Amino acid sequence: MSYTINVNGTPQTVDVAGDTPLLWVLRDTLDLKGSKFGCGMGLCGCCTVHINGAPRRSCITPISTVGQAHITTIEGVGSTDTGKKVQDAWLAVDVVQCGYCQAGQIMAATALLNTNQKPTDKDIDDAMSGNLCRCATYVRIRAAIKQAAGLPITDTREV
Amino acid sequence: MAIAIDQAVSRRAFLSVSAAAGGGMLLALSIPGHADAAVAARAPAASEHPEHDVDLNAYVTIAPDNTITIMSKIPEIGQGIKTSLPMIVAEELDADWHNVRIVQAPLDTKAYGIQFAGGSFSTPMNWDLQRRMGAAARAMLITAAALTWKVPESEIATSAGKVIAKDGRSLTYGQLAAKAAKVIPPDMKTLVLKGASQYSIVGKSIGGIDSPKVVTGQPLFGIDVSVPGMRYAVFQKCPVFGGKVVSANVDAVKSLPGILNVFLVNPEGPTGLPDGMAMGLQSGVAIVASSWWQANKALESLQVVWDEGPVAGQSSAGFAAKAQELSTQTPQKVIHSDGDPKGALAGAAKVIEAAYSYPFVAHSPLEPMNSTAAFINGKLEMWSPTQNPGSGRTLCAKILGIPEDAVTIHMTRCGGGFGRRLGSDFMAEAAMIAKLQGEPVKLIWNRNQDLQHEFYRPGGFHYFKAGLDAQGQLVAFTDHYVGYANGPRASNSSDLSATEFPAKYVKNLELATSTMQLGMPTGPMRAPGSNAHAFVFQSFLDEVAHAAGKDPLQHLIDLYAEERAAPPPPAPPRKGPPGGGGGFGNLGPPFSGKRAQGVLEMVREKSGWGKRQLPQGTGMGVAFYYSHLGYFAEVVQATVLPADGTVKVDKVWVVGDVGGTIINPTGALNQCQGAVIDGISQALGAKITMDRGRVAQTFPEYPLLRMYQAPQVQVDFKLTQFAPTGLGEPALPPVIPALCNAIFAATGKRIRHLPIDTTLLKT
Repeated sequence: MSYTINVNGTPQTVDVAGDTPLLWVLRDTLDLKGSKFGCGMGLCGCCTVHINGAPRRSCITPISTVGQAHITTIEGVGSTDTGKKVQDAWLAVDVVQCGYCQAGQIMAATALLNTNQKPTDKDIDDAMSGNLCRCATYVRIRAAIKQAAGLPITDTREV
Repeated sequence: MAIAIDQAVSRRAFLSVSAAAGGGMLLALSIPGHADAAVAARAPAASEHPEHDVDLNAYVTIAPDNTITIMSKIPEIGQGIKTSLPMIVAEELDADWHNVRIVQAPLDTKAYGIQFAGGSFSTPMNWDLQRRMGAAARAMLITAAALTWKVPESEIATSAGKVIAKDGRSLTYGQLAAKAAKVIPPDMKTLVLKGASQYSIVGKSIGGIDSPKVVTGQPLFGIDVSVPGMRYAVFQKCPVFGGKVVSANVDAVKSLPGILNVFLVNPEGPTGLPDGMAMGLQSGVAIVASSWWQANKALESLQVVWDEGPVAGQSSAGFAAKAQELSTQTPQKVIHSDGDPKGALAGAAKVIEAAYSYPFVAHSPLEPMNSTAAFINGKLEMWSPTQNPGSGRTLCAKILGIPEDAVTIHMTRCGGGFGRRLGSDFMAEAAMIAKLQGEPVKLIWNRNQDLQHEFYRPGGFHYFKAGLDAQGQLVAFTDHYVGYANGPRASNSSDLSATEFPAKYVKNLELATSTMQLGMPTGPMRAPGSNAHAFVFQSFLDEVAHAAGKDPLQHLIDLYAEERAAPPPPAPPRKGPPGGGGGFGNLGPPFSGKRAQGVLEMVREKSGWGKRQLPQGTGMGVAFYYSHLGYFAEVVQATVLPADGTVKVDKVWVVGDVGGTIINPTGALNQCQGAVIDGISQALGAKITMDRGRVAQTFPEYPLLRMYQAPQVQVDFKLTQFAPTGLGEPALPPVIPALCNAIFAATGKRIRHLPIDTTLLKT
């Protein structure tokens, strides 16, 4: 079936079955390989994209439900102010180990900062706990979010 | 042993130099008599792959525009090796780092030596070689400048990509490269290397070389590979390990949308490699489709009749009962004995006894197993996220019945490894499916297949006794370890070292083992062996300290003070794949109790051990472990919530001794932070249960640690006089016992079984 979706500001027409998850349309039909397949169950967050600005798991989002919504992927998020700040902070803090989850982490972090410019540690926990990092770069993800928000990057949680 | 061969590489190898395409200089290494054949035919890389325009057997290339290209020989799995090893070359070359470009080398063992990522070997194995490659290139540039200027080489210096004469004249490396390409390469043995005080690149924090591509979502990983005409595949194996497909509803599945082909794969006889790790090609059903989503969805309609085979009779519960039974019997094998352990226990003023156990654990890297393969005219070309490309090549050649030099392996970035990608089963499957399909195929495992068809960190059971004399001195120590075997050999990565601490440090000691036959594959997982044995030994030693009324940290320092028993004869060379725990040949100096004490003293100071007032329900625990040549002492502060027993890890203090040089501090800290949280993740939730020969858990039932559970981690390095060693692994093992010891300090309850059962911690 034919669907026209709006990806990173560009309309794209694809011919796929309606139950095809958005993730596989992005990766294999549109050749946008940045969003990753981690679990296919909405549990790891590797596939996170923005749908009308909200973080969504593209691996469990059928293409038939997307309609005319604005989809932003890791390939497009850098053209937004927040997205660019987050990507820069990720590099400044040197977050990445294997990097496989980081597209999803960056999309989740950008969505957080778009709605909450000065997140607390608790806010970060709440917004980011749906995204697994198997290399466990959590210490640096936390620091990078604060860096992008212009906050001191020290961990202020009480010990 | 393979490791010994590579250690000698930099002394036996010789250099060759030639003009690079487009001018400049190309320095290559030849390793005479290397066991593996070189890959003769180098097919062009995939069009989508960004790194294909280089001379693939080069080590260092210097272009006229001053660009220096350094090949990265080791697979990148998140350990940062693609950044850190080239830093070493660039340092000795006196390169301007801004002009350095790093390219992933293909598998070519004749040019690069052994290429694998495991055992934290990459740094100690390559430190010397990388320095000499850089120093050789620098020496040739100096010679070229001396010939140009007609001045003695002793009057020429180098700095940041330039050659500088005493009189102030200078030329860039790019300007000299063509001339240097005609200089006879120096003898690798006699090169003069820098001292640490001269370093300007090594020791500086340099962010991951590919991180800009990672954060913008560019294709880098195995799963991102595309080749022209590629199809997509899934492969369904029997849920029971070793089971075989009898029949399947092939025609019904073929008729589903997008499905191109469905076929049975039934290899005859065992197809694995002798390393005993990971399966070779297993029996199963391949589904090939025009999209991966369709191939995977078709699994819902696939009906298979399996011959489950003998392993279907095995379960974790049965093994636990059998281990308990074996613990009351004489051990099958004594692997270390000093003094008179039985007599000393009988005469002890106090005896402490405890039974410990830990489960099977899955690696679960986030990038599922996958490979892309093309089999054309009897030759296999493969793109694979592998930690062990050489072993993968051997396996693929074997199962396809083609010579190894007909196999080309392109290493992609790996979405995590942790040891899982040392096994090459997924490569074998992709190779066979591509051959049978007659078209290029990308095979991707779905998440549950990935969890349920791993090779696992083996579980185990330990039965300890310790004897204290009237002064509280540890005078007797015994362990009966009940583990697993596969035929006559211990299951992969389940060995207990004959010198496991406190062997040699307690006068009367026995380490003994018994095994149970296991049909489930096991293999190395980050800090293999150590990730389990650290938990049991360092937890039990904490019990001993408390029983003796001693401070646990001081007790460890006292224990490491001196060897009390004669050292045992050296263990025979360890067999098995790289990455397996234990033996390290002569890669580093022998174990030093002083280095152990050094990190323990430092972590005492850093953590404020014994000096901080902690609230009720909060405690601090300590552990030390030596693995992969690294010395790590760690203190955990944890809080246990009385209402439901939830364990909250507040902070971890890490002190490591990996020698005198931290090559890339940001990467080193990242590895330690990650390893520590990985260990906590294992302790809190990682458990694979075998039930009727299959894995009982699905991915939602296998909890991995998340952001809200991640503690603060403070890492410090204690610099010592030794050559640098690896950091992928050694920070992990001690955090597990340190956490369990902190829980004891907080609650008085001893964790003797993993993962931690919080229901037992409720008050």
